[in-house]
Amino acid sequence: MDRLRLATVWLGGCSGCHMSFLDLDEWLLELAARVDLVYSPIVDHKVYPDNVDLCLIEGAVANHDNLELVHRIRERTHVLVSFGDCAVTGNVTAMRNPLRKTEPVLKRAYVELADVLPRIPAEPGIVPTLLDRVAAVHEIVPVEYYLPGCPPPAERIRTLLSQLVEGREPRLNGGLIKPG
Amino acid sequence: MAAKTLTIDGQMVGAAEDQTILEAARDAGIHIPTLCHLEGVQDVGACRLCLVEVTGINKLLPACVTKVTEGWEVRTSSERLQRYRRMVVELLFAERNHVCAVCVANGHCELQNLAVSVGMDHVRFDYQHPRLDVDLSHRLFGMDHNRCVLCTRCVRTCWYIEGAGTLNVAGRGEKSKIITDLNAPWGDSTTCTSCGKCVMACPTGALFYRGVTVAEMERDRGHLEYIVTAREKKQWIV
Amino acid sequence: MVLEELVQIKEQELASRKKFTLRCCLAAGCVSSNAQAVKDALDRAVKEAGLENEVEVRGVGCMRLCCEGPLVAVDPAEVLFEKVAPADCDALVATVKGVPSQLKQGDLTAPFFKHQLSIVLENCGLVDPDRIESYIAADGYLALRNVLREMTPQEVVQLVTRSGLRGRGGAGYPTGLKWATVAKTTSSRKFVICNADEGDPGAFMDRSVLESDPHRVIEGMIIAAYAVGADQGFIYVRAEYPLAIQRLQTAIRQAKQYGLLGSGVFESPFNFNIEIRIGAGAFVCGEETALMASIEGRRGQPRPRPPFPAESGLWGHPTLINNVETFANIPPIALKGGEWFAGIGTERSKGTKVFALAGKITNTGLIEVPMGTPLRTIVEEMGGGAPEGGQIKAVQTGGPSGGCIPASQLDTPVDYESLAKLGSIMGSGGMIVMDQTTNMVDVARFFMEFCMDESCGKCVPCRAGTVQMHHLLRKVMDRKATSRDLAKLEELCDMVKNTSLCGLGQTAPNPVLSTLRYFRNEYLELLQPAPKQPSAAAPATGIF
Repeated sequence: MDRLRLATVWLGGCSGCHMSFLDLDEWLLELAARVDLVYSPIVDHKVYPDNVDLCLIEGAVANHDNLELVHRIRERTHVLVSFGDCAVTGNVTAMRNPLRKTEPVLKRAYVELADVLPRIPAEPGIVPTLLDRVAAVHEIVPVEYYLPGCPPPAERIRTLLSQLVEGREPRLNGGLIKPG
Repeated sequence: MAAKTLTIDGQMVGAAEDQTILEAARDAGIHIPTLCHLEGVQDVGACRLCLVEVTGINKLLPACVTKVTEGWEVRTSSERLQRYRRMVVELLFAERNHVCAVCVANGHCELQNLAVSVGMDHVRFDYQHPRLDVDLSHRLFGMDHNRCVLCTRCVRTCWYIEGAGTLNVAGRGEKSKIITDLNAPWGDSTTCTSCGKCVMACPTGALFYRGVTVAEMERDRGHLEYIVTAREKKQWIV
Repeated sequence: MVLEELVQIKEQELASRKKFTLRCCLAAGCVSSNAQAVKDALDRAVKEAGLENEVEVRGVGCMRLCCEGPLVAVDPAEVLFEKVAPADCDALVATVKGVPSQLKQGDLTAPFFKHQLSIVLENCGLVDPDRIESYIAADGYLALRNVLREMTPQEVVQLVTRSGLRGRGGAGYPTGLKWATVAKTTSSRKFVICNADEGDPGAFMDRSVLESDPHRVIEGMIIAAYAVGADQGFIYVRAEYPLAIQRLQTAIRQAKQYGLLGSGVFESPFNFNIEIRIGAGAFVCGEETALMASIEGRRGQPRPRPPFPAESGLWGHPTLINNVETFANIPPIALKGGEWFAGIGTERSKGTKVFALAGKITNTGLIEVPMGTPLRTIVEEMGGGAPEGGQIKAVQTGGPSGGCIPASQLDTPVDYESLAKLGSIMGSGGMIVMDQTTNMVDVARFFMEFCMDESCGKCVPCRAGTVQMHHLLRKVMDRKATSRDLAKLEELCDMVKNTSLCGLGQTAPNPVLSTLRYFRNEYLELLQPAPKQPSAAAPATGIF
């Protein structure tokens, strides 16, 4: 059987979902035997490649880089999984949405609470600008499967991945779809 | 009292004539999901989760306020009903800011449990993200409108069990809001007896004890029913 | 009050009539274009011309062609002056003496007037709504007298049943059946409610009736109360209708003075009182259970039915609720018989229907036509089609609960069943005409916004579902929606329709559904392509 081309990405989130992914411990070795990890925060690939079979997306779509990337991912990936509550619901990342603007959040974080150099970062081309409205991934592009949880426990990740890798229609139900 | 016989999900069920479909189903061990229903508090049929199908009747009927009728064939979980229920829960999640991960009720929330039971792995509707307040003016309790599902269980509890009439609904449509007195801060209320029954009634993290943090807000769901049974039937059953 | 007195009032009133009558419309439409000043100017002009003994200036109700107001009609010449200004009044008064004038005259033989059949509106524009004597002179309260003195309550119910009258509030429930249900209940108290909470955008039928002929509605209510055994009535009228409220108050006071309300109506053992309740501006209070909650002083929210009001209504007592136009049909039915009424209209929709014509149409105003009149007759002949050579594209009936009927279906007769078949409803009688410049998606969005704003917020599908449907319609309008969004919109329509608690939510999707049915292309043209993704073929690997 061909090896599965797997990617994981980290958008607007805390990386907790990736930490949970690493909690798969020795099962990761089993997974490594079945897949090639072609793009991920934990490997050194700079460009999202073509023809990816499966991509786990952690985080919400929070800035213009995220937005561009998520479209590119969709174009180049067969199966997308919203990985964790931020990707599925917007979660904590989207808690600024009621403010409708980014300015109060940036001001609070970088000016009012700054210990040194109080200023809002503005480095065009380096620091991506925030979107006024943080979106769940499926609000931007179609997503095949959802893996809720903040973070999704390792066991839950394994259930989904093993189903996918084995070519079974993934089915998460009961407590496995519990958000939070 | 006359008995009625009907079938619920193909199962023959006997019920007292003044029972609702919800009660008859419950007695027969058939679970119908609810949200605005709370044992001991009068029903309003507002959340629409308990809608059921009855053969020969065009409309869907809310099980919580529909009395049993002889010979009815009731279906509680057709594909269509399951689809509608999931949509109700999705609409609730999209309507306000339900961030389970940082909610006091995480792990003890009826809305969260409903999401699981209706198979809601994501919300297909765009989140509305309204800007809403948290009232922390009361010495003992807090009210977080971000988490409110407007089930009015707290309002009915306040009026009909405690008899204080502090809580009410103001505004309409999506702008509806639970208020205390005439929309004054809860802490300034002259009618609130600080009995805490509303907090016990709340299905989500909208009403909570001050000082609790994420996932700590547990409550005794049976307590209101205990009070009402004791009061009306003079039976002190824990 | 006894029959002799009633006849005497009528004769006195007729005897006091003068040779000429100038009828000046003082209903809200004309008043808003300065009709009160016209009336004052007419009074002054008559006085200055020294014609006080020959000419009566009478303030009356609606004379139908609202777009041409202020309207003044001259009897017996049968002339209708349009867009009358106070400065025109000297010349207008002079016309009774045969002095020709350059004033704008309406054509009373035009289809707009010719095709009308006035039953509900028979007194509108003729009687002075502020004077009970004027109503009595038009045989007002004669039906009530006959009913009270010559019929049993059961006979009245049978009469209404025979007439085939159906509720004019929109749903078309058989009136006789409703009355019979309330009549059969045994209760020490029963109530009669007149629903005058007319709220559909573009609808002003009930307002016109109340402003033009309030006594007719009161008489209908008293007859109903006698038939079902009620002793207390309420008229629930929206605060946005101050003139209607004022005329109703006057009418109730006069009816009491004449012993037509209160204890021993027409010196029979029957007692009945009416109170006015003013709605605070919530559309949902037109829904009967919300309306009753509001009368009781509670938050105006619907509750699940059953129990129906006929069984458990106001304060738990059996309650009859009918709409203004329904009650206004009762006195003529009582006078002329159920068979007479049943002879008008179609097989299943009897009598006439009042419509408020509005939108992109030449003749805006109030019409009353027999049930079964083709829509085309109404909008093209009577309404004069779209103004400025426009093309009629669709007709919206039933307000936010109704649907848009495309021009291709204009030969449909207006009756309850035919309109329902087209995905619309008869509704209370608002009829909004749209021309080729109208964007149908935007029409659906407008009505959805209305429902979203007016949802009471009690049940989830209506409160949150209308918000999402509106959001999706906005997205379509902004060219940001994809076919996925359209599918979601249709799924929501189905869900909100089938799961909402009351009629507001259950019918809120109708404007979307009917525009999707007849104008789907307009939606499709606004859609965005879906985001690019690899072909649907499964990848080579073992992944599902």
